[in-house]
Amino acid sequence: MSAPRGPLLFKDIDTPGLTGLETYRRAGGYATLSTVLGRQTPDQCIEVVKASGLRGRGGAGFPTGLKWSFVPKGADRPKYLVCNADESEPGTFKDRELIEKNPHGLIEGMILAGWAIQANTGYVYLRGEFGWLQQVLDRAIAEARAAGILGADVAGSGFRFELHTHLGAGAYICGEETALLSSLEGFRGQPRLKPPFPAVEGLYRCPTIVNNVETLVNVPHILAHGAAWYRQWGTEKSAGTKVFSVSGPVRRPGNYELPLGVPLRVLLEEHCGGMRDGMRIKAVIPGGSSVPPLPADLLDTPLDFESMNGAGTFLGSGGVIVIDEQTCMVDSLWNLIRFYAHESCGKCTPCREGTFWMSEILERLERGGGRAGDIDLLADLADNILGRSFCPLGDAAAMPVQGFLKHFRAEFEHHVEHRACLANRRRDAVAGVPA
Amino acid sequence: MSATRPPAAVQAGPLEWPEALRTKVAEALSHYPNRRSATLPLLWIAQRQWGWVPPEALRLVARTVELPETEVFGIATFYTMINLAPMGTYHLQVCCTLSCSLMGADRLFRHLSRRLGIGHGETTPDGRFTLRRVECLAACGGGPCLQVNEEKFHEHLDEAAVDRLLETLT
Repeated sequence: MSAPRGPLLFKDIDTPGLTGLETYRRAGGYATLSTVLGRQTPDQCIEVVKASGLRGRGGAGFPTGLKWSFVPKGADRPKYLVCNADESEPGTFKDRELIEKNPHGLIEGMILAGWAIQANTGYVYLRGEFGWLQQVLDRAIAEARAAGILGADVAGSGFRFELHTHLGAGAYICGEETALLSSLEGFRGQPRLKPPFPAVEGLYRCPTIVNNVETLVNVPHILAHGAAWYRQWGTEKSAGTKVFSVSGPVRRPGNYELPLGVPLRVLLEEHCGGMRDGMRIKAVIPGGSSVPPLPADLLDTPLDFESMNGAGTFLGSGGVIVIDEQTCMVDSLWNLIRFYAHESCGKCTPCREGTFWMSEILERLERGGGRAGDIDLLADLADNILGRSFCPLGDAAAMPVQGFLKHFRAEFEHHVEHRACLANRRRDAVAGVPA
Repeated sequence: MSATRPPAAVQAGPLEWPEALRTKVAEALSHYPNRRSATLPLLWIAQRQWGWVPPEALRLVARTVELPETEVFGIATFYTMINLAPMGTYHLQVCCTLSCSLMGADRLFRHLSRRLGIGHGETTPDGRFTLRRVECLAACGGGPCLQVNEEKFHEHLDEAAVDRLLETLT
């Protein structure tokens, strides 16, 4: 046995055969079905999750128990639980490993969350590229159903819970919860106005909770061991652990589960083994592509919600993208903004037009055709998108632009003045990419 | 290929779900309280059956979920993975978003493009490969990566690994 990969969610994740029901049970899985269902009231479960301090792991960090408490009581309308497994934020690849290796952990979390909000139906919305992962999850669901763990009478508790998977088909926007619901209902995946929030009026206009995979996988542990136990990890306001997905030229990229509050430098140097030979860190995007980057002198910032905000960025989804010194920041930002321009759903003008024009300006700068006013124009566009788009996609495109300009403006100016990159080890490759 | 091209001219005779797929179609419909929600699942079933979603299949899906064909067309064109034109047997989708790009995805794409003699969105004359540069696949720690059709991702690739992969795709 090698050392556990993480304190909680990753502790047993590499156990051979964990995708199978028997192995999962031997590891203590589904024990909560007899200790929670019918024994603890839904309100008690919500209170425990509230007290645990668990916050949404998809990126927004909203308190999970509080979100659950917004679901209206009463049985006049069906309630729904939806798991967001769209995992579309660039830099993030944790939910995929959690589902691939521990599908029953998600199923158990969904049964318990379903009990807490009194939903009898759950859906797992997977991104379109996860067709192979849907098969893993469908097999686990079928196994659980055959064992009476899902269905009309969950583990003899009298609670009815059905679970289905739903495959998207290639649209970043469907990671936004209201767009996800539109997509699940068979519409184009475009966002809806909030309020009403999904907890009150969501799927099929019924009360709906949308939670990220990692959030839900935490739930069985919290309800089995209690809030105080869960708080042994993390900080006062950022309780528990977080799975960080690290990518870029570090020695050991991958998923790492750490207590919240561990400094970014510890993650990168101790866990990821530092940078590859001859490389040094220029910047780190700590929470998925939508958050502003941190320059190398802020690597001691603790990885928790508050500390990241204090450093001018966000913990986000925990997708940590490491950028080395020989990489051009203009080129990197252009890459990201191309993504947002491609993924803008087209519903609102600031996002649809703004992402397109930011991408055009960045391309001009990168290809050496930048003009004197381009950097200010870029900043102006980002300022006008932020807070003015229909859903967070516009903000997600504006925030990196602001962050890149804040910390690396000199590189952008160099592009205007010298019509070339300060440094760009990818230059020859990038030049071959058609617009 | 363009995902926004309108469907080709009407073919003779409506298409039906093949016998072998009817259980799957019924199961997809049974997951939701209304038929409309099964639109995307049925488009997937059609695409897996025919390799793409030809106009006749689009009409079949529309009929099954009881929506106008134009509505289903509008949904199908929204999602990049629904193919409304024929595809190569192997759809090579190379992620070129930042994390993969930092690890050499652009070079890898160019290698594939030269090797196959096709650019982004094109299909080899023998119909074997379609090549596409795609956005983040959620395999960032394994970049550069690519996905063949709907299979599990190929990760940590370089030119030699891609060449070996191509040889297995016959």
